Amino acid sequence: MTAAVSAGAALLIAALGELVAERAGVINLGVEGMMLVGAATGFIAMDASGSAVQGALAAIGIGALLALVHAFFAVTVRADQILSGLALTIAGTGLAAIIGRSVVGVPAESTFQEHAVPLLSSIPKIGEIFFEHQPLVYVGYVAAPVVWFVLTRTRLGLHLRSVGENPAAADAMGVPVSAYRYGAVVFGGALAGLAGATLSLAESPGWSEGITAGRGWIAVALVIFAMWGPLRLLAAAFLFGTLDVLAFRAQIIGVDIPATILGMIPYVGTIVVLIAVTVFGLRRRLGAPDALGLPYVRGER
Amino acid sequence: MTRARPALRAIAVQIGAVAVGLVLSALLLTVIGQSPVNTLEALLKGAFGSDFALTQTALKAVPLALAGLAVAVPLRMNLWNIGAEGQLLAGAIGATWVALTFGDWPAGALVPAMVVASIVAGAFWAGLAAAPRAYLGVNEIITTLLLNFVAVLAVAYLVTGPWRSTEESSLNLPVTNLFSDAALLPSVGSLNAGIFFPLVIALVLMILLGRTRFGFEVRMIGASPDTARAVGMPIARNILVVLLVGGAIAGIAGMIEVSTTFGRLRQGLSPGYGFMGIAIAALAGTSIVGTLVVAFLFAGFVVGGLALQTEGVPQAFVLLVQGIIIFCALAGTRLGSSPLRRLLPRRGGTQAVPTEDLSSP
Amino acid sequence: MRGIVKDFPGIRANDGVDFELRRGEVHALLGENGAGKTTLSNLLAGIHRPDAGEIEIRGEPVELRSPRQAIDRGIGMVHQHFKLVRRFTVAENLTLGWHSPRGVIRRRSLEREIATLAESYGIQVRPERPVWQLTVGEQQRVELLKNLYRGADVLVLDEPTAVLAPQEAEALFTTLRRMACEGRGIVLITHKLEEVLAASDRVTVLHRGRNVATVPTSSTTADELARLMIGDEVVPALRSQRAPTGDVMLRLVDVEADDERGAHVLRGIGLNVHEGEIVGLAGVAGNGQRELAEVVVGLRHVRAGRVLFREREITHWPIRRRIEAGIGYVPEDRLGQGVAPGLSLVDNLVAKRYRQPSIGGRVLVSPERARRAAEDLVGRFDIRVGSVDAPAATLSGGNLQKVVLARELSADPALLVAAQPTRGLDVGAAEAVRRLLLEQRDAGRALLLISEDLDELLALSDRIAVVHAGRINGEFAAPDFDVHEIGLRMAGQAAA
Repeated sequence: MTAAVSAGAALLIAALGELVAERAGVINLGVEGMMLVGAATGFIAMDASGSAVQGALAAIGIGALLALVHAFFAVTVRADQILSGLALTIAGTGLAAIIGRSVVGVPAESTFQEHAVPLLSSIPKIGEIFFEHQPLVYVGYVAAPVVWFVLTRTRLGLHLRSVGENPAAADAMGVPVSAYRYGAVVFGGALAGLAGATLSLAESPGWSEGITAGRGWIAVALVIFAMWGPLRLLAAAFLFGTLDVLAFRAQIIGVDIPATILGMIPYVGTIVVLIAVTVFGLRRRLGAPDALGLPYVRGER
Repeated sequence: MTRARPALRAIAVQIGAVAVGLVLSALLLTVIGQSPVNTLEALLKGAFGSDFALTQTALKAVPLALAGLAVAVPLRMNLWNIGAEGQLLAGAIGATWVALTFGDWPAGALVPAMVVASIVAGAFWAGLAAAPRAYLGVNEIITTLLLNFVAVLAVAYLVTGPWRSTEESSLNLPVTNLFSDAALLPSVGSLNAGIFFPLVIALVLMILLGRTRFGFEVRMIGASPDTARAVGMPIARNILVVLLVGGAIAGIAGMIEVSTTFGRLRQGLSPGYGFMGIAIAALAGTSIVGTLVVAFLFAGFVVGGLALQTEGVPQAFVLLVQGIIIFCALAGTRLGSSPLRRLLPRRGGTQAVPTEDLSSP
Repeated sequence: MRGIVKDFPGIRANDGVDFELRRGEVHALLGENGAGKTTLSNLLAGIHRPDAGEIEIRGEPVELRSPRQAIDRGIGMVHQHFKLVRRFTVAENLTLGWHSPRGVIRRRSLEREIATLAESYGIQVRPERPVWQLTVGEQQRVELLKNLYRGADVLVLDEPTAVLAPQEAEALFTTLRRMACEGRGIVLITHKLEEVLAASDRVTVLHRGRNVATVPTSSTTADELARLMIGDEVVPALRSQRAPTGDVMLRLVDVEADDERGAHVLRGIGLNVHEGEIVGLAGVAGNGQRELAEVVVGLRHVRAGRVLFREREITHWPIRRRIEAGIGYVPEDRLGQGVAPGLSLVDNLVAKRYRQPSIGGRVLVSPERARRAAEDLVGRFDIRVGSVDAPAATLSGGNLQKVVLARELSADPALLVAAQPTRGLDVGAAEAVRRLLLEQRDAGRALLLISEDLDELLALSDRIAVVHAGRINGEFAAPDFDVHEIGLRMAGQAAA
């Protein structure tokens, strides 16, 4: 169980970032690429500076920078967001491999160590599972409700959501659509970078080309599976983390399903949810932000 | 039937995108202390500089061309088949099943059977996303994307489970048994028979898209779904069919890979051919011939990339190049003449083709 | 507003219009299609800028360069197409873009604040509801409230009752009256005479871009208004009229349907079209004409009622089946639905015949035969174009329309539905189209002609049916077209 939580952390962080971007109407398929570059950069920065925190900061920075590229193409150039995101992932994968070349196999000097949260970690059972992790997991815990709160209860969140649902209406009411979209995408990238650092500086310290194991894609699926709700996302990330762990330890627990089949569940589950939501007409209540993926062109007068 | 021939300017933009992309990526290399010139030279030489290189490139071009076509065909109706990778793997699975089950058949029967199996499997895999899209309006981009990963896992499951190799030499490796010789595609010079597939399929597609009812409908729906509906064309059915066709083509690519390059099913069968197919289709636009050309080019990248390691540049450099090229092509949409122009904002975006639902309020 | 002139390509929408709104009054802006009312109000709302003339607000000359500026100056407009975020609640929509409350939004207190506000205006809304759950009427109230929330004291409402049930309309007028009493100025754009008479203090009638009268409502009658609205038309001489010769080709019985917004736009249509006749559908835009055409062709589901073609029930037939049975359609959205602008003429011209033996077989289509067919059509219909391979988008409006007609007619339909066929065409092209339509009538086809151009209807139709508020409000047979009476019916008056 404990492992499930930590496995889910990177997922959660990356997915939260993507959720914010998508709520603003921009779909960013570059998460996998940003995570990889973040992981590599973070590790290199840590190696150079000796500090894991600095590594994490560097990862955040590079993630934001990469996302800026996507934001530019998606919002200003108004190009196809799918292609732009895919290009980012493809380029990012390559870029990460190139810059990570120098640190392959290098042991990690400074990583994020596990810290038990005082008080909370002494709760029997639960304390052990949830409150004895490396700090970035706690970041995840806190980030989800914070994102939820900001999105649903603050003016910032209201405007951001409006930009993703009906940019024409938002524009007519004076909300700066492009600014919010840029901001959301960059924020998403920063988190994706951080998620990458979570992997290379905590989860599996070190760098290798496959360190993400496709988690960037699962993060994208997660957002949809959670129907764009941050709190649901928290639960779903935990669920997916559990599946991840189960995959490795299936025999120990006595579950007879091969790891590979288990691994399909996040993806198949998301598709099923998508179809179910459509079939049961829940799209109004739960569906994607109305303007997701659509570039905004002012001037439909 | 006429179709707008790509304007010379559009072709220039494509070439420009590739060139700029190459240059930019090379320049990025200076950051890590590599010489851009040397790298590019090595890349190009490794891709096209010798008979051996050309042969390798041609071989790699086969699955890439098919992947590109698998994306390009639905793209004519503004549908994104992001699932070419998964459909390719599905086709590989189908072909493998035939090869393993009927391995004692003569080649004359076995190979065609494998082809058929791969077509069915690839189409089926596409269908899993196509049906919800056609009849429920569920966005095909997400579903095809996710199915990719399911397919990868399916292959992993099969080669470590039911189809695990029982041969001495490969016990415990994630591979199946070697296929019997009958299952392998025959050689043609230093190439293999797989080389015919893209050519034949391209021809078939040109006829299909240019000279059949179906092709006409695809053209009309892609150009103006509202008009197509007003003249009575069945939209949902065409969405389904066009995606199935894409899946079938990708499936064939999978079959070729298992019966030539490897002679068995294994993990890591495809180094992302399906995804590269997306880039290829994006660059080539509606031109079938263009798709083949661009595929050849990308094949060059892949092959040349292998040669780069001698220069100390990781193979992954070609990924960076591909990514930057796509960005350049996207930038070209702003310049006004790129095959991607059709994707610029209209009433549509990612769901450019409406679904059959007439009664929605 | 003084001396307002506004030109659009090809038409002078407002020609030296003076318009004055006083504080505390409800001022109706009346006119038929194309009279210029929407243009005028768009100028006021900052959506466009006048080419000449000036606008004064409270005595101060102003330039309204954007909707935001108009809002800042206290001008609020309730459009026909609402700008609401469907997933948000009413409260969230109202507070969007606003600066306070900053930071955290306290849902409850915001909702209470809005509830109080709404109550003070006598407007019924439920602030906590998401917009997609509201009826169209409620949504309109939200739009209205949005403007009031911003402190608008000039309110412009564009055809507000188009989506309302009668009781809702009454409630709206009561609200408007109240707004006015509190010192605001209300502009009510409408084409419905009964509304003008019931709800306004003064009325300005626009006709063909000019202000033909501004009078206190109490001093005028429906009759007079109708006459002003339509103008004193001389009925143009009808061409080769004939009595309907044949059987009923199309029959609509009690057809009801909704539009995209969910408004109940067709409320029981009963209409017949015979062979060899042109039935013209007259009415001010927005009374269900487009939806009616779509119902006949198959692009829209009916809620109730039946559609019969040659006395066979086709109510639920798919489009292709109707086409094969012999229904043709010339849509009003030429570039969006009529042709595929990116495709060549050849493709567009054979779009209905590509399955027929003359062009193709069961699977194949012959580009050569298609081309020849296209060239043939180009010649027959006198379509001016360099080559049949040219993309349709390069054609002028008139030629485009000919392409659509050519395609439709080449499929030999027994019934042709033509919606706004001459809209936006120059005189020559329009004439050519009209002549084509008459030829079809003479050849025995049945035509349903929907047009906002009353003159055109008067000139071409054998019978005219007037549609108003989703129902047929009167039928007239040639040659006794009483223009005056038609105008009255268009504006909502029932039979005298």
